[in-house]
Amino acid sequence: MREASVTPSRVLVYATVWLIAAVYLIPFVVVLLNSLRSAEEIAQTSMIGWPKQWAWSNYANAWGQFCIAQTCSGIKPYMLNSALVTIPATIISTLLGAVAGFAISLWRFRGDRWIFGIIAIGIFLPQQMRLLPWTVVLRDMGLTNTLTGLVMIHCIQGMSFTTLFCRNYYTAIPQELIKAARIDGAGFFRTFWRIILPLSPPILIVTAIWQFTHIWNEFLYGVTFTTGQQQPVTAALIALTAAVADIPQYGVQNAAVIIAALPTLLVYLFGGRYFVRGLTAGSVK
Amino acid sequence: MSRAAPAGTETTTVARRLSDALRRLPEHVVIWVPLLVTAAHIVTFSVWTIWVSFTPSTLMPVSGWVGLRNYNAILSTRNWQTAFDNIFLFGGTFVVLSAAIGLFLAILLDQRIRGENVLRSIFLYPLALSFVVTGTVWSWLLNPGLGVQKFVNVLGWTTFRFDWLLDKDKAIWTIVIAAIWQSAGFAMALFLAGLRSVDGDLLKAAQIDGAGPVRIYRRIIIPSLWPILITVVVIQLQFAITTFDLVRALTGGGPGIATMLPALVVYDFMFQRGHIGRGAAAAVLMLLILLSVLLPYWAWRYVQSRRVANA
Repeated sequence: MREASVTPSRVLVYATVWLIAAVYLIPFVVVLLNSLRSAEEIAQTSMIGWPKQWAWSNYANAWGQFCIAQTCSGIKPYMLNSALVTIPATIISTLLGAVAGFAISLWRFRGDRWIFGIIAIGIFLPQQMRLLPWTVVLRDMGLTNTLTGLVMIHCIQGMSFTTLFCRNYYTAIPQELIKAARIDGAGFFRTFWRIILPLSPPILIVTAIWQFTHIWNEFLYGVTFTTGQQQPVTAALIALTAAVADIPQYGVQNAAVIIAALPTLLVYLFGGRYFVRGLTAGSVK
Repeated sequence: MSRAAPAGTETTTVARRLSDALRRLPEHVVIWVPLLVTAAHIVTFSVWTIWVSFTPSTLMPVSGWVGLRNYNAILSTRNWQTAFDNIFLFGGTFVVLSAAIGLFLAILLDQRIRGENVLRSIFLYPLALSFVVTGTVWSWLLNPGLGVQKFVNVLGWTTFRFDWLLDKDKAIWTIVIAAIWQSAGFAMALFLAGLRSVDGDLLKAAQIDGAGPVRIYRRIIIPSLWPILITVVVIQLQFAITTFDLVRALTGGGPGIATMLPALVVYDFMFQRGHIGRGAAAAVLMLLILLSVLLPYWAWRYVQSRRVANA
């Protein structure tokens, strides 16, 4: 390839690519700036503008005071709900997926292709096909409108992804390594603990990031199976934006959007490489 | 295994087998229970929803057989008809544009430009956001009294109009805009990985033959990307067909029912109108639309893997 030098075509490439990058950044920058402007200022001009006065109080307001559906406790309780669902569900589904993925990659048994195929289908099966059954299961287990119910749903549903991610990774581990451990008399758990887990950090990080992002961002189950104070933050955001019609509080609402998006954005910033790896792994399946 | 049992006696073998199985019970529980629960929920939930779609269930699931009545009822609603049309409008436009933009961005980033990592992060960050956030933000930006139109109006161009969000013929394009913004980066990531894995020797040979960059892209690189293109199209179509959150946050299906999509029809019948039989029928119809994309894709994948195995 030629040495990169300043030519008109290269200038054009840079200009185009940064122009598109600007379009990608604008929505985020607009919301970030709005989160620091007062409602009056936004109403007088538009959503797009530089803050005249920095309204830092928007964040405190959005976090602890703003009224969502007649409850004036800000976004805090909903963030807590999301965390209480996302963190346990991510950890449990990732670990169970690692164990199951290893078992599937290790053993051939009768019907293994069937189980594997069904679990793979789980990746494609739309949530709408599971809504009614989950409603019944949650009711019968007494878990309607509980965070425990959501954790259970995300663990069982997430197993499809975590098992396949891990299985694909573990099939690449040399069988000799596992056989050697077997000959040394190591059982399943010992082999898993001593040999597989130390090799696993990359895939566990990819899987955990994938699960965290998906569960945190999930909306349909949250809005269907929980109400009021039990809702995760995505459902609360919809209720919050519906309140625009009553009393416009744009600054506070923008701050709430930033707060709600922050956990997954931080995960993306710090785990970008693994995030992208998950995206491509999730697409190849 | 320190116990040197007298070999051959029946009882000790059975006992040993039993103790062996007991010893291994924990691992079997940890492995099989989650796997079987997952597999079982996929099968039973699907079968159950399909069954409900053939029953006269309204608020509660009841047994009984009404044949295709729920399906006929759904198919004749204006909501479903609009939703079905929108799948083609939204799905088609979104898939073509996001693949085109993704490929374009990937080719630009492949020009060995400085700051590639930063640029890639910028194009991919919307994928970390929830569709609720994306929909909410774009509903503000595209709101004529609040966003881009108001901004331009305040700047002085007072007759400028950009009110697709409130226009029932154009509102569907606002969903296309938001969906592309959210996921063109995904297409870019896959295409870029494909571009980077093109055979270097082939490129050198073409260069020696005097082929220019445009020719190399058109004749060698882009044709080698078509398996990735198919994957991108299928995944984006799958997303388009099941879209719910984005529309819920951006337009709520409106104005009127202009941006209705199948997933919204399902939700509406199941939980707002309290007619779960019809809701289930809509869900099954949605699954059929999805399968009309996935089955050919799986068949193609199967043929491809066979070809690789035989080669």
